[in-house]
Amino acid sequence: MLYRESGQFSTSYPADRRIFRLYQERWAFYLLLAAAFLLIPWLGNDYWFSAILIPFLVLSLAALGLNLLTGYAGQLSLGSAAFMAVGAFAAYNSHLRIEGLPFLLSLLLGGVVAGLTGVVFGLPSLRIKGFYILVSTLAAQFFVLWVFTTFAWFSNDSSSGVITAPPLVILGHDFSSPQGRYLFTLTVVVALGFLAKSIVGSELGRNWMAVRDMDKAAEVIGIALPKAKLLAFAISSFYLGIAGSLWAFCYLGTVEPHGFDLSRSFQILFIIIIGGMGSILGNFLGAAFIVLLPILLSHIASGLLADTIDAGQLENCQKIIFGGLIIFFLIKEPDGLAKIYQTCKQRLQVWPLRF
Amino acid sequence: MTARNPLLTLEHISLSFKGVKAITDMSFSVAEGEICALIGPNGAGKSSLLNVINGVYQPDDGIITYDGEIRTAMRPHHAAERGIARTFQNIALFKGMSVLDNVLTGRNLKVQSSWLEQAFNVGRAPKEALVQRQKAEEIIEFLRIQPWRGSLVGGLPYGLQKRVELARALAAEPKLLLLDEPMAGMNRDEKAEMSRFIVDTQREFGTTIVLIEHDIGVVMALSQHLVVLDYGKKIGDGPPEAVRNNPEVIAAYLGTRH
Amino acid sequence: MSFFFEVLLGGLLAGVMYSLVAIGFVLIYKASGVFNFAQGSMVLFAALTFVSLLERGISFWLAFVLTLLAMVALAWTIERWVLRKLVNRPPITLFMATLGLSYIIEGLAQSLWGAQVHGLDLGINDEPFEFQGMLLSQFDIFAACVAGVLVLVLSVFFNKTRTGIALRAVADDQLAALAVGIKLEKLWLIVWTVAGFVGLVAGLLWGARLGVQFSLSLVVLKALPVLIIGGFTSISGSIVGGLIIGASEKLAEVFLGAYIGGGIENWFPYMLAMLFLLVRPTGIFGERQIERV
Repeated sequence: MLYRESGQFSTSYPADRRIFRLYQERWAFYLLLAAAFLLIPWLGNDYWFSAILIPFLVLSLAALGLNLLTGYAGQLSLGSAAFMAVGAFAAYNSHLRIEGLPFLLSLLLGGVVAGLTGVVFGLPSLRIKGFYILVSTLAAQFFVLWVFTTFAWFSNDSSSGVITAPPLVILGHDFSSPQGRYLFTLTVVVALGFLAKSIVGSELGRNWMAVRDMDKAAEVIGIALPKAKLLAFAISSFYLGIAGSLWAFCYLGTVEPHGFDLSRSFQILFIIIIGGMGSILGNFLGAAFIVLLPILLSHIASGLLADTIDAGQLENCQKIIFGGLIIFFLIKEPDGLAKIYQTCKQRLQVWPLRF
Repeated sequence: MTARNPLLTLEHISLSFKGVKAITDMSFSVAEGEICALIGPNGAGKSSLLNVINGVYQPDDGIITYDGEIRTAMRPHHAAERGIARTFQNIALFKGMSVLDNVLTGRNLKVQSSWLEQAFNVGRAPKEALVQRQKAEEIIEFLRIQPWRGSLVGGLPYGLQKRVELARALAAEPKLLLLDEPMAGMNRDEKAEMSRFIVDTQREFGTTIVLIEHDIGVVMALSQHLVVLDYGKKIGDGPPEAVRNNPEVIAAYLGTRH
Repeated sequence: MSFFFEVLLGGLLAGVMYSLVAIGFVLIYKASGVFNFAQGSMVLFAALTFVSLLERGISFWLAFVLTLLAMVALAWTIERWVLRKLVNRPPITLFMATLGLSYIIEGLAQSLWGAQVHGLDLGINDEPFEFQGMLLSQFDIFAACVAGVLVLVLSVFFNKTRTGIALRAVADDQLAALAVGIKLEKLWLIVWTVAGFVGLVAGLLWGARLGVQFSLSLVVLKALPVLIIGGFTSISGSIVGGLIIGASEKLAEVFLGAYIGGGIENWFPYMLAMLFLLVRPTGIFGERQIERV
């Protein structure tokens, strides 16, 4: 009985629906947030910020975007990276071409443009379903990258196609240091995380899940399928677009199409499979897993095997392990790490009893 | 019975799949506030008829008049907007959602606030969320499924799932409720309970109900109007007692007494 | 005009290669309802194994047989450790499992045989010859003949043998097939093996063309639009779909690419497939299902 539910009654409907109904969970979450905002910026070093924390946060956000579409609304997508690219390039170009546009606004604009692109490639979902929608998302993936590599206008006619991201200045403050980039990314991700939680708990979220679980029944009870599906594409792509901008501006420092190829889309899909589809928390768990595992593996390789295997073999091993994990999770725990976390929580509530 | 206005009238409805006739020249009407039972052997076209009424299938031919509106074709979505709710023969709940969420989806047409208002919890949204929840809780209480309100529907026993599906349909505050075998696969007690819920629904909300049921005892006890189908054709129509004595119906469905 | 036909024919012949990969998909989709994303990596695995054996001085036919055995082993492993554990799961789960599978097979193939490009010579002259004023590749014609023979063999297999008929029964109704005593596990094993065989043939032809390398596994991406156009369940559909994709993407690249920029081959098939979906959602040879509620 490490913490218990008894005695905590919700006395109003909003209290019953709040994100952390139990005060223990609520306080644990506040502590975590406080640590992330106040403690880590002082404790972390540049390596941690640049190589682990920032990519973790950005990938979490991207996975969150895909999860809204796939985990909640049931529309499978292999084009996540394309929408990230749209976000990054739209943000870059609006920053470049609109004089004096604040960075936050160009970030937002990038998200909106990505969202609109999502709607366009989501249109076929109104007529087709199941695997067929994969075609549309793959079309997005290849078409978008082709546009950005073929037309030099998007990368401001730079000869290499690689462009340096502008410095991160928000409201007169410079956030260009690793610490600053971390704090900025964290703020955006936390804000959008709360927004996502609110959306999936609202009417729209319920409609998405209804479409996912049984679209025919959803139509019969009066849910407007086209609206629900297109909004799923729009909001999901908006999140991916923001994530793409953060990836380019806060993580890489450059904007280039090939960071957003098909393998990035796969990576994001894997995060939600491992983390848990239809869960907000799962995105963070899955992203942490996918960022940390390669680092762990390379440490094991250099430590235990004393560099007897080369980088190529290490990458192959990584592939096999990732593939194996995907299958393992699909077989043993289709709801991913988030479900494992839930189970642990329930165990803790009744501990030392089993039920 | 004739004094009441018809809520739903079907005239000369025909439906076929790839040339196979499912329903042939079907006409009958359902009066406002009555419980009308469709009976007939398997494959008689009962479920197809429900599907035609709420727009899942488009009839090849014929006219449907519902609540004063004449139509030949409509989408299920439009039917829901006009106050037609239904349950399905094979339970069509949203299995990955809780009981409460399932009931709340039934109220989706009653929502006024936009998704943005709800996402940021501003404007009409906070107050409306309270009202929606209140109404959903009333239905949950009415059908006595409070203990399972937070459970995922997919894990509930069959009988309960049937009740949750009824709850979702009722949450829409329908004028016309279509029930496709609401008691299939239930034992005696469960059937009795479900029958009570159906009768209560009619009494309390004044809902017109069209139901499909095989248990003839239940049908006789529940309904005020009986329509008998066989091979996609209507062979009997009227009050239960009258239909029971109709020789054609006895031959086709109730069986001949030897 | 003769230039147009030259491009068209070249495209059609390239399309035959797409069809070969697509056939592997159709087989598995029919038997187990799995959209097998790992088909591309199976092509890579087969070609890489074959080439590596050949390079170690093993004769052509022995290498062929050994590779086939490796494909059987692969099929058995997949059936035993993946498919059997995922029975009755939604198709989307199975699809994602094959994504994981493709990662494993790719990683395995490359860690076993290395990541460098291997040349593969099947002993067929790839010199173009002239036919009525058009330049045609001898190799492409050979590939087309192989595909034709393969389709013939497969249709005999499906229509005449017991296994083939059992397979069609499973495709029609899995539960009913189980009820009449068809062993699903055995059938899956056979189908995945046949798909592996088709993958081997495709791998050899593609490999001889482009060199055996990682990019072989990417042909899977071209097979998807082929399947959409041809329908997921029809072998003849995948042939026709392959031809349409092959021809149209080459024509588009040559005639459209001149105006809007090169490299449109990558996305053109998808756009075409989407147009097809809007007009005929089940593909040319697919059947429309009546939705029951």
